[in-house]
Amino acid sequence: MAGDVKIRIEDFGLRYSDGTESLHDITLDVYANQINVFFGPSGGGKSTLLRAMNRLNDLTDVVQQTGRILLDGEDVSRPTYDVVRLRRRVGIVFARPVVLPMSIYRNITYGLELAGVRDRETLDAAVTRSLQQSALWDEVHDRLGEPAHALSGGQQQRLCLARVLALQPEVILLDEPTSGLDPISTAKIEATMQELKSDYTFVIVPHSVQQAARVADWAAFFLQGELIEHGVGRDMFLKPKNTKTEDYITGRFG
Amino acid sequence: MSKFRLSRQTSQRIAFALISLAALVVVAPIFFIVGYIVYEGASAISWEFLTAYPYNGMKSGGLLPAIVGTLWLTAGTAIVAVPIGIGAAIYLSEYAKDNTLTRAIRVAIINLAGIPSVVYGLFGLGLFVIFLNFGTSILAGSLTLGIMTLPVIISTAEEALRAVPQSFRLVSVSLGGTHWQTIRRVVLPQALPGIITGVILGLERAAGETAPILFTVAAFFLPRLPKSVFDQTMALPYHLYVISTQVPGMPVQIQYGTALVLLIFVLSMNVIATLIRNHYRKQRFW
Repeated sequence: MAGDVKIRIEDFGLRYSDGTESLHDITLDVYANQINVFFGPSGGGKSTLLRAMNRLNDLTDVVQQTGRILLDGEDVSRPTYDVVRLRRRVGIVFARPVVLPMSIYRNITYGLELAGVRDRETLDAAVTRSLQQSALWDEVHDRLGEPAHALSGGQQQRLCLARVLALQPEVILLDEPTSGLDPISTAKIEATMQELKSDYTFVIVPHSVQQAARVADWAAFFLQGELIEHGVGRDMFLKPKNTKTEDYITGRFG
Repeated sequence: MSKFRLSRQTSQRIAFALISLAALVVVAPIFFIVGYIVYEGASAISWEFLTAYPYNGMKSGGLLPAIVGTLWLTAGTAIVAVPIGIGAAIYLSEYAKDNTLTRAIRVAIINLAGIPSVVYGLFGLGLFVIFLNFGTSILAGSLTLGIMTLPVIISTAEEALRAVPQSFRLVSVSLGGTHWQTIRRVVLPQALPGIITGVILGLERAAGETAPILFTVAAFFLPRLPKSVFDQTMALPYHLYVISTQVPGMPVQIQYGTALVLLIFVLSMNVIATLIRNHYRKQRFW
């Protein structure tokens, strides 16, 4: 079921300025229109790798970076690459929902306005579309002007997803997007991914092995900065090739 | 337990009493000062006192030129100090890396705040009045007061900017915002109430200062209004100093009346700052 490669990670390594190595020599393909899962115990470098894919690590204290990350064959990890453009192509949803201190509507249009979109009809259409996609429309359509922080945690996280969808990126990164959410909100976000994967490429760091097994088209198991195993999700969770993967999946360590 | 030792309850009561007393000692002078000045000066306040020129050796008439002069100087100080102060705060909070240059700037700001105001006055005289040849003028006085006000504005504005959660910046950048877009659309609006409060408190201090304007702008007696920034002007704090020490036979009532006007001017700025802060704090949710 291997389709087109959307992102190719080549010999990628990353070290922070305090000397800790976060990622060691990762080579991995992220497939287009699939749900690609990066899982493993915390501290394994999964989030760091996500943030390398849209260069959010630029904001932190990264000292040394090796290897390359190619988006549609283009090296986006080189220092001269236009990161603003990259981040419009590769959006991210964080673990903790952070809504901006504005209305629900402005939260969604924020990214578009930054990109220079001013046309009211275009903005309205983007708000409607992205709220419908993130399964939030029915709950908020009659109060788009209200402050976003009045929403519940689960609604806020779906708003964060809608905010990313409004930019119509090619890739959506999700860093433990449901870690603080109730099962119903979690199910809605998982369903959204399944519905939208024909148009988008998803890379998710799940908050549990169970979620990894539920959503993974492709799965990559990370342990202490190393890629241990990468393969088709269904196969890996039924029959892992590596004993470390098996030990983790079966709950022998965590 | 030794019999000389106080019981835990007793020592708690004593500690509480001492702490309360310390708090009261802080509050008492402000009530006393304000109360006394109102008591002595309220009878001097009249429409004429606020809108007439002084005459008869300043023993009669009003404060108009001094009030207008202080308004000019406060506005001038704002024009000098607000853009530079907020700009420096944004640089320090959002752009500066922790290096030697940044540390030097911070040391400079701390030291700027510690310089006695009379030294600012002398510096203003040397640089603005004489060397740059602005003369004794509102321009020279505003520049001097502006420099004196900078550290207050920079430190409060920087604090307000730093209080904006880092996660807002991360979200904005992740949605394709540039550093500057993030500052302008998310960080600054959130920090604005804190910045405004700091600005007003800084200007309030400038409005009440005597020493920095002594050699740079203030006129002893000038019964007309300034026409441009190159004019001298009377100003409330200096006028108060003059009528309290330099004019024999000045009615006490006028002295306290002048003090009351200055106090009302400064305290009302304080109240405005507090109202702004409270208004926005209610709307804040982080």
